[in-house]
Amino acid sequence: MSEIEARRLKAEEVGHEKLILNLGPQHPSTHGVLRVITTLEGERITEAEPDIGFLHRNFEKIVEGWTWSQVIPLTDRNDYLANINNEHAYVLAVEKLAGIEVPERAEYIRVIMSELNRIASHLLTFGTFAMDMGAFTPFLYGFRERELLYDIFEKVTGARMMHNYVRLSGVRNDLPDGWDKEVLEFLDRLENDVIPDYYDLLIKNPIFEARSLGVGVLTKEDAIAYGAAGPILRGSGIDWDLRRDMPYSIYDRFDFEVITREEGDHYARFMVRMDEMIESAKIIRQAFEQMPEGPVMGKVPRVLKPEGDIYSAVEGPRGEIGVYLVGDGNFKPYRVKWRAPSFSNLSILPLMAKGQFVADIVLTIGTLDPIFGEVDR
Amino acid sequence: MPEWVMAIIKILIVLAFIGLNGMFLIWAERKVAGFIQARIGPARVGRPQGFFQLFADAIKMFSKEDVRPAAADKWVWWFAPVVFFTPVAMAFLVLPFGPNVIGLDMNIGLIYLAAVASFALLGVFMAGWGSNNKYSLLGAMRAGAQMISYEIPLILATIGVIMITGTLSTQGIVEYQVAHGWNIKTQFLAFVVFFIAMLAELNRTPFDLVIAESELTSGFFTEYSGIRWGMFMFAEYTNIFVMSALAVTLFFGGWASPFGLVGSVLIFLIKTYAIVFLIIWIRWSVPRVRIDQLMTLGWKFLLPLSLFNIVFTGLILLI
Repeated sequence: MSEIEARRLKAEEVGHEKLILNLGPQHPSTHGVLRVITTLEGERITEAEPDIGFLHRNFEKIVEGWTWSQVIPLTDRNDYLANINNEHAYVLAVEKLAGIEVPERAEYIRVIMSELNRIASHLLTFGTFAMDMGAFTPFLYGFRERELLYDIFEKVTGARMMHNYVRLSGVRNDLPDGWDKEVLEFLDRLENDVIPDYYDLLIKNPIFEARSLGVGVLTKEDAIAYGAAGPILRGSGIDWDLRRDMPYSIYDRFDFEVITREEGDHYARFMVRMDEMIESAKIIRQAFEQMPEGPVMGKVPRVLKPEGDIYSAVEGPRGEIGVYLVGDGNFKPYRVKWRAPSFSNLSILPLMAKGQFVADIVLTIGTLDPIFGEVDR
Repeated sequence: MPEWVMAIIKILIVLAFIGLNGMFLIWAERKVAGFIQARIGPARVGRPQGFFQLFADAIKMFSKEDVRPAAADKWVWWFAPVVFFTPVAMAFLVLPFGPNVIGLDMNIGLIYLAAVASFALLGVFMAGWGSNNKYSLLGAMRAGAQMISYEIPLILATIGVIMITGTLSTQGIVEYQVAHGWNIKTQFLAFVVFFIAMLAELNRTPFDLVIAESELTSGFFTEYSGIRWGMFMFAEYTNIFVMSALAVTLFFGGWASPFGLVGSVLIFLIKTYAIVFLIIWIRWSVPRVRIDQLMTLGWKFLLPLSLFNIVFTGLILLI
């Protein structure tokens, strides 16, 4: 054995010590209360294991003791950045199960509110992703526009986040006078000033591109295998959007594009969200043009006792929000199963984190964008 | 007046300046950040512009509890802020504020600065190791890699200036510029390298991996609180001033001005704070790079560039 070889063997004996680093649940960039147990070799991650459940509120069990309509306010709290979408998902399922008719105007209002909520959610994701990357300023710009949007929501629903606005057979109240002008003004600003600003501020920055292009690639096969949803699925090049492919409510009346990108990296997922905001704005404009006059609430039987089971899903900002309902002819649901898009999206984290740098796992969490209200439920 | 009395007076002046400058920069950073981020920044404590926020902050830092983690290495943890702070204060010895306003005009001023500045790493590493916290340790490891690899281009960038001016004394470099105009004219490339390396040396965005809030919570000083945390902050902001002052001295004519002694000091401070403002501006505008990108930039880009600058300067001098 030569001397060099002996030295090499000795070096191998000393070996590397693995460092187990606990990210969270108290950590600035785990977007809530995620705990990730990471095993590090230097700065590289060899293993990442998400630990969830810190925000468990027993949603699915609690609502079994409530009447069908009492559940609606609690669905707000699942994905607390996409409240209207959640309400819409639940209400739609109950309406299908009980065969409740919804007036035309209410459908349009639901679509408008859902799309506005999607924009609000994507604005926040823009900001938090920038902050995960260490740029604090875009975060506050994202919040500024979201704040304006919440003022718009407040004028209709009286609340900024927890709206409790979508009701069985319609929505709670009609839109206030002049509200549509305000929304259209906001959308004009968003398209002409705000989003170009975001490009100048963050997206065109070479550091941003270096950090996100080609990093955290999720292949098509993996995206399907892990049940990814929403922008993560479309960022991996799969052309699937429930609004177009399984139209619910009145989405088949609008002309919009489903944004997809082939690359499957952080940049692709991020840009899908940016472009979706513009598509949402398109839908809202068309909805305002087509919207008829009329009542916003239909007729609901005084006692609601639907029977049977149903699965119904809507496209939320984070993907397919699915609701599986079982009714046994009682005034309360027998079973409510909530299919949260963040939950299945988060399950990809161990796969994507393997081999990444510590700095990149933070971005991966940021781009998967899990909301722990709905992951833990 | 005996010499030692003078020395004590000078030390007191420097310490007072460090305190005021630190507080001012903390306030200024928050204010500038506020304007960049479309908000107001501190505005409650004192008029105008919440200026007394800095005193409120100082009182808060002094009166906060000083918590030491149970598992920390007591003495290492204890002395880390001191070790981090001292070299920064020592750097003031050779900073030329005016024609005669300098602690000591050494003929090896720049070498002294480089030697003193590299000590700061020791403080960072002591803090990271002594805290017995994995985030701190990762931060300190990054600091080690980053500071060593950026100190080299930083110092190599100054060599061009030294070749032109023919002196290592900071005062001598300024006097050369008084006679021949600012060095930036011939040493622009050196300035670019110096500035980028300076940002990395100061752990400022886009090179703030050592602190990296979104990954390592607060990097090497995660476990510090109260005045110990304050000492890190003060040292950092003082370091920003020192580095900016050095950039002004090397490339922008230092105190050179036609307005006499007071005018010189004022001009020097204005130029320095202009560079400080640039650093703050950059911090709030760009994202952070990753550790491997940082290393690539340092070794594959800045180092060859600074070497090229030396050769280029030599050719100019030869012709």
